[in-house]
Amino acid sequence: MATEANNPMEQFEIKSIVDINVSGYDISFTNSAAFMFAAVACTFLLFWTATRRRTMVPSRIQSVGELMFEFVAGMVKENVGKEGMKYFPFILTLFCFILFGNVLGLLPLGHSSFTFTSHIIVNATLAIFIFVAVTIIGFARHGLHYLRLFCPEGTPLPVAIVLVPIEIMSYFIRPVSLSLRLFANMLAGHVLLKVLAGFIISLGFFGIVPFIAVSAVTLLEIMVALIQAYVFALLSTIYLNDAVHLH
Amino acid sequence: MELEAAKMIGAGLAAIGVIGGGVGVGIVFGNYMTAASRNPSLKDELRTYAFLGFALSEATALFALVIALIILFT
Repeated sequence: MATEANNPMEQFEIKSIVDINVSGYDISFTNSAAFMFAAVACTFLLFWTATRRRTMVPSRIQSVGELMFEFVAGMVKENVGKEGMKYFPFILTLFCFILFGNVLGLLPLGHSSFTFTSHIIVNATLAIFIFVAVTIIGFARHGLHYLRLFCPEGTPLPVAIVLVPIEIMSYFIRPVSLSLRLFANMLAGHVLLKVLAGFIISLGFFGIVPFIAVSAVTLLEIMVALIQAYVFALLSTIYLNDAVHLH
Repeated sequence: MELEAAKMIGAGLAAIGVIGGGVGVGIVFGNYMTAASRNPSLKDELRTYAFLGFALSEATALFALVIALIILFT
């Protein structure tokens, strides 16, 4: 195993910035919390500046805000329909939070660089919240009829015996796969960057090869950061559609 | 020392599962290209499904990767 400084997992370490201890519980303000605040602040700043001076012909920053708004609004409307629009603020918030979390994590800030979405506890909290919310919405809208989700109308009995356990399992695996996807993508990307970057100095002149690779992978990681935020929001709307419309 | 070596081999074996994910993602995007070139008017609609399929098939590959990392780092 490499030394502490060269360990590719070192970048995921949570460091305390302000130590806070309340009756034995460690609730320190960590770098993870700092980046979450940064993500919220970036979202706020973007939409605040975008909507500060509204014009008919949008300015540059206003178009960026409108683009994100329209993009998520279109996604919700397409997948859930008109009734889904009351959940739109939540989906937009989720999308922006994850998007800025992913992108801020790619900033080269030396040892203080940190991606909070590369910690499964953060993603699991979001995913479990969505899972519980979707289940509650489903039961509130359809009552016990929501259990039809596991056994669609007109399924023959022999098929149902196989289908129902699979459907139930795939329902309960949702929060796991939703959180694990984002977590593993971010983790794998950042480890790859760090491992490749480690070769640059040690290879001397031929370090130019990993240097080009790191540049290419950084571009790929920016794309992955956008796609994963999109996929997280998209899957949330699809789960929401199941709860709103059954199927 | 033997345990350490066995861990390394195990992690390497676990990472083989990523092959399936690679094939899956290739099939998803390949078929998206085919579909989009046959019917360009459906391109935008199909993109949603393409990314959905990409995300779902990639997740299975990442499960293998996570197992490999768990073996290595615990």
